[in-house]
Amino acid sequence: MSIPTNGVPVKEELEQVIPPAEILAKGPVVVVECFQNIPCDPCAASCPSGAIQPFEDINNLPTVDYEKCTGCGLCIASCPGLAIFVVDINYSDKEALLKIPYEMLPLPKKGQVVAGLDRSGRKVADVKVARVQRTKNKTNIITIIVPKDLAMVIRNIKVGDEQNG
Amino acid sequence: MKEYDIVIVGGGPAGLAAALTAASCAASVLLVDDGLQLGGQLIKQTHKFFGSSEQFAGIRGIEIADNFIDKIKKSPNIDILTQATATGYYEDGILTILEGLNGNSLVKVKPRCLIVATGAAENMLPFINNDLPGVYGAGAVQTLMNVYGVVPGEKVLMVGAGNIGLIVAYQLIQAKIKVEAIVEAMPCIGGYWVHASKIARLGVPIYTSCTLKEVRGKEQVEGATICNIDKKFCFISQSEKDLDVDTICLAVGLSPLSELLWQTGCEMNYIPELCGYVALRDENMRTSSEKIYIAGDVTGIEEASSAMIEGQIAGLNATASLGFYHKEYTKLNSKYKRQLSQLRNNIMSEAINRGIQKVIIQKGETHVYSH
Repeated sequence: MSIPTNGVPVKEELEQVIPPAEILAKGPVVVVECFQNIPCDPCAASCPSGAIQPFEDINNLPTVDYEKCTGCGLCIASCPGLAIFVVDINYSDKEALLKIPYEMLPLPKKGQVVAGLDRSGRKVADVKVARVQRTKNKTNIITIIVPKDLAMVIRNIKVGDEQNG
Repeated sequence: MKEYDIVIVGGGPAGLAAALTAASCAASVLLVDDGLQLGGQLIKQTHKFFGSSEQFAGIRGIEIADNFIDKIKKSPNIDILTQATATGYYEDGILTILEGLNGNSLVKVKPRCLIVATGAAENMLPFINNDLPGVYGAGAVQTLMNVYGVVPGEKVLMVGAGNIGLIVAYQLIQAKIKVEAIVEAMPCIGGYWVHASKIARLGVPIYTSCTLKEVRGKEQVEGATICNIDKKFCFISQSEKDLDVDTICLAVGLSPLSELLWQTGCEMNYIPELCGYVALRDENMRTSSEKIYIAGDVTGIEEASSAMIEGQIAGLNATASLGFYHKEYTKLNSKYKRQLSQLRNNIMSEAINRGIQKVIIQKGETHVYSH
């Protein structure tokens, strides 16, 4: 099982898109979980710091110059595939801050505790909502506080019983 | 009888783009669509588009439709006829149209050039009880939900993990409807993996090499049996699994809606890579019939992004054939073709590219059946 057969990337696939440890150690940075050559390039256009490189061929995978990434998260809502996340591994001693795209209703509230789900929708922890950003294009951005060891595991939330799974 | 430079049949992404392009060349245009409103499938597509900014990447389909329709309504060159079905195009150059909800008013128009952008229809799948209420096409469910606000059921099995199956499954969950599983007969997910990952993160299992074997129920769908299949697409015994569902969504492909093209008599061929019978055409989207151009899914099943560019190419060249050369004709024609080949420059478009090679009429070998 891997992303072509069930949509859930495995370790080897993730290793291609997770920033190096020394970059993660510096602060908030983008994680672009885009694994397939499809014609799509809004992420590069949305990046104000030039970190996501312009596409030579629109079918290429995004390339990121992590040194330039400020972790602003503007690319999160731009991605048609909801495949972009921002991770700040240094939020506290034991916690990381994670920004995820979210298109379900109701939106969680700041301070609310919700279920943190992994890439297959399994609950792996209770997580606290730090911020809710409503965006113009309706891909809202939710910032959650997650256990540090789950910063590369949690990729979704479940608010109440509203969702599938 | 009213005459137009260009009549476009079909008001989806291809037809809308063709209408605006033709109008920008100062041609008089009639846009005919059988829907209650223009927009085709765009009006229910709440997902953000892929592609580049020229094809509205990052914008949701519904907003793309609004944008197009707004511009079309403001264009003095374009007349619109909705709730109108084009029924035939005859030797004397007349297009017949049945207008009104019951189709009881016959309209005749005379286009100098016709652009057929009739789109596609959903495929059906043979399985036991496939005629029970509760068995839907995924596109039909998307229309019910996103256009009319009607809930199709409570617990859904999605059949097919192409883009339509994945996207509609996601939108069902947005509408608070439970999706039990997605089954896909092929060994790999056919749609974009990013769509599959969105669904997976919501806890919906995607089973590849697996299909729907049987639906149970008396008056309506009461459950389904799915079953793994081998490389020859045969059921693997003892691998059945029962699902408690009341709704089956079939997202098992589309076929070009080519009836009108058949009737006109232009040359057709069955091209598996393009998902059915399509008209032969040159790179300017002109068919074997001098006055008929095509664009969008009727030329072969693809994406709305490429349909819009094909519409632009057809609009630009159909008007040019009448002498309405856009002042930047050469530049635009090569730009659109370049954009189209960029969109198709990936592994997922290999079949499309192969299929197009089989239908393309090269320069100089155009068969002209003049009316």
